[in-house]
Amino acid sequence: MIQARAENVTRRYGNTLALDGVDLRVRAGELVGLLGPNGAGKSTLVNLLIGIRRPTSGRVELCGGDPRDAASRRTLGVTPQETGLPASLRVGEVIDFVRAHYPNPLTRDELLERFGLTGLVRRQTGGLSGGQRRRLAVALAFTGRPEIVFLDEPTTGLDVEARRALWDGVRAFHAEGGTVVLTSHYLEEIEALAQRVVVLANGRVLADDSVTAVRGLVGMRRVSLTSAVPLPDLEGLVSVERADDRLHLLTADADRLVRALVAHDVPFRDLEVRPTSLEEAFLALTRTPAAT
Amino acid sequence: MSSLALTHAKFQIIELFRIPIAVIGSAFWPAASMLAFVVPFVGHEPVYATYATASMVTFAVMSTNLFQYGIGVSEDRAQPWDPFVRTLPAGAAPRFAGRILTGLAMMAVALAPVVVIATFFTEASVSAPAFLAAVLATAAISIPFILMGLAIGYSLPQKAAIVVAQVLFLPLAFGGGLMTPPGGAPGFVEDLAPYLPTGGAVRLMWAAVGDYPLEPGSLLALIAWTGLFGALAVWAYRRDEGRRFG
Repeated sequence: MIQARAENVTRRYGNTLALDGVDLRVRAGELVGLLGPNGAGKSTLVNLLIGIRRPTSGRVELCGGDPRDAASRRTLGVTPQETGLPASLRVGEVIDFVRAHYPNPLTRDELLERFGLTGLVRRQTGGLSGGQRRRLAVALAFTGRPEIVFLDEPTTGLDVEARRALWDGVRAFHAEGGTVVLTSHYLEEIEALAQRVVVLANGRVLADDSVTAVRGLVGMRRVSLTSAVPLPDLEGLVSVERADDRLHLLTADADRLVRALVAHDVPFRDLEVRPTSLEEAFLALTRTPAAT
Repeated sequence: MSSLALTHAKFQIIELFRIPIAVIGSAFWPAASMLAFVVPFVGHEPVYATYATASMVTFAVMSTNLFQYGIGVSEDRAQPWDPFVRTLPAGAAPRFAGRILTGLAMMAVALAPVVVIATFFTEASVSAPAFLAAVLATAAISIPFILMGLAIGYSLPQKAAIVVAQVLFLPLAFGGGLMTPPGGAPGFVEDLAPYLPTGGAVRLMWAAVGDYPLEPGSLLALIAWTGLFGALAVWAYRRDEGRRFG
C-alpha cells in the first residue's frame, strides 16, 4: 500500500522553483530518509505531503486521499519545530491539546515516559531546555498512534545519549509496522535509521536508492595536491578544480584515487585528504552530472 | 459546538491569561474612554448616558476584535506552531469556533468595567430584560467583527494587518455613528451609518437598551456583512499556507 505519494509535483514561490517534477512513493512500513542540503526542497516536499501547502502542479496523496482533507491526516504524525511550541503552555497542556484531536491517542503518562519527559508535566514549554523541547516535539508526532510520521531533523542539537534514545524510539515504531519519513541534512542521521534514501537537490530527485548506494554517491572526499603536470584520465573522479598548480579532486574513493596517482607516476606534493560536507558533494554532483 | 472547538478555546484562553497584562490592556481602553468621555459629558442624562454606554460597548467590541484577531491571527501565522496545528486531523471549523469563543470571553473581561462604570458613575439605567437583550446583542454584534478580524488576520502578513486594522478602525467608528448620540451625526453619516457594520451593530445595541427604532434595512445589512466577512475569513483561511518560505 502506498501511504504517501507525489506525482510529477512542481511548486513555485513567485519566481523561485522549489520543486521541479518530483515523484515519490512511500509504501506502508518503509523508513525513508529525505536527504539534501538546505534549500534543496525537502521541507517543501514534506509540507505538500502533510497538507500545509498545495502543489503548483502535479498531485500529492496521503493515506489514499488529499492531505488537505482532515480525514486523510487521521493517521499522520508530524513534529512541530521545537522553537514554535506555545511558550506559556505547560508540557501536559500541549500534549492534551494534541491528544484531543485523535480518536485513540496514547495516554499522557505513556507519552511522557516513552520520551523521557516524566516530571516535566507542569513545566511551561518556554522553560524547557533545547533537548527537552526537541523530545516533546518528537513525542507530539506519536501522540495519536500514527501509521505514518514525518520527522524533521529529529535529533539536531541533542546529546549523544538522547539521540540514541530517540533513534531507538523511531526504530521501535518502525518495527511495529509504522512508516517513517525522515528529513535531514546529516548523512549520519539518515544512515542510522533509514533503509532507503531519497536525495534532493535544487528541487529534483537526484537519487533514490539504498543507504549504501547513496553513501557512495554523496559521501565524498576531497583530495588536494600540488602538481605542475596535467592529470591523466583517472577513474572515479567526480570533479576537478584547479587554482594555480593546486588541484582539488572530489572522489567517492580517496584510496583508489591516490593509488591511481601513484600508479600513473604523477608528480605531486602536499597531499591532503579530507571529508567533504554534504553541501560540497551536492555542488559537485549537480554542477558536473556526467563526470562520474 | 463540538468538543474540539471547546478544546481550542480552552487552550487559547489559558495562553491569554498566562500573560495577564494583555487581558488588562484590553479592559483598559473601554473603561478609560467611559471615564474620559461619557461620565463627564452625558453621565447625568439617563437616556444619553445609556445610549453612550451602548456606543462605547460597540466601540470596544469592534476594537477588541479587530485588533485581537486581525493582528493576533497574523502574528500566530508567523509562528511555527501554526503549521503544526494545521497537520492535526481537524478542519477550519473547530479552530474558528474556538477563536470565536475566546473572543467572547475576552470581551466579557473588557466590557465588565464599562458596565460597572455606567452603573455607578452615570445615570444610565436599563431594565433587567433590556440588560439581558443587550448582553445577547453584544454577543451577536461581536460575530461580524470577529470574522472581519479573522479575514484580515488570515489574508494579510503581520505588518499589513496592523496597518489595515488601524486604517479601518476610525472611519468605521465615526462612519457608524459611534462617536455621536443617535441622530446626532452629520447628515451624510446619518445616511450611510445604518448600512455600515458598526452602524448596524450600534443600532442593534441602542434598540436593545432603549426605545431606538431599529430599521430592518440596517439589520439586514448587518447580517449581510456578517455573511460577507465569514466567507472572506473562510476563503482566506483555505488559501493561507502560513509563512512563505519555510
